[in-house]
Amino acid sequence: MDKVPTLKMGDTLILTIQVELHDKTAIRLQEDILERVYDTKPQGLVIDVSAVGVVDSFLGRMLSDTATMVRTMGVETVLVGIQPEIAITLQEMGLELKGGAFSP
Amino acid sequence: MEKIEEVSINNSEDIILARQIAREMAKELGFGLADQTRITTAVSELSRNIYTFAGTGRVVVKALSESAKKGMEIIAEDRGPGIPDIEMAMQDGYSTNKGLGQGLPGTKRLMDEFEIKSEAGKGATVTIRKWLR
Ligand SMILES: Nc1ncnc2c1ncn2[C@@H]1O[C@H](COP(=O)(O)OP(=O)(O)O)[C@@H](O)[C@H]1O
Ligand SMILES: [Mg+2]
Repeated sequence: MDKVPTLKMGDTLILTIQVELHDKTAIRLQEDILERVYDTKPQGLVIDVSAVGVVDSFLGRMLSDTATMVRTMGVETVLVGIQPEIAITLQEMGLELKGGAFSP
Repeated sequence: MEKIEEVSINNSEDIILARQIAREMAKELGFGLADQTRITTAVSELSRNIYTFAGTGRVVVKALSESAKKGMEIIAEDRGPGIPDIEMAMQDGYSTNKGLGQGLPGTKRLMDEFEIKSEAGKGATVTIRKWLR
């Protein structure tokens, strides 16, 4: 997998998830994100998931774990671009994305 | 005309394939975006359970047509270790794998019908349905 596309805007690191993630790419992505945060020392991390069509409990957990790890590194995460249908599905499944704030 | 597709689950990429096939069929049958996402997510959870707990298995995706009702059925089937206590497995947060334990109970809430058959040592079969409104 190619490195995740990232963009530093001021103090904010913006990262876009563009591929359907399977297990290995999800773990690689998590490591990539932590490395980018370490290297670029942003004030905040924005993860853009607008291209993600499905968030199941595996990916949901990976995203909230990542946000928690990033917080451990002293940086807050905001997830943006969650599709409305995914928000509905997460709610009905009883999945809460802990550790990352929500943003439309 | 009967529409039916089958995906064998052997690795984590197959989970994505099962998901794509389910979404494609849901779209074709005329399900809205929210139901497409519910169905796709449910297929993802069941495929992942096969991969995680049984290693291999299969997912069958079927278009349903019963008199006035139209819908979709998914059967997720494996011959893995099975689920010894189904009632327990259906509880929110119950996981033998340090998972979130929301896969089965969450899938049940996303779908209109949900059946699970399993015998310890003989595998598990989960059948789910969603009807077009
Ligand atoms: N196909 C299966 N074969 C054997 N056990 C299963 C299967 N699917 C689910 N289980 C059992 O049911 C439990 C709950 O499943 P689930 O709700 O998907 O949560 P999780 O996958 O996070 O553990 C699992 O931890 C596992 O013990
Ligand atoms: Mg599961």
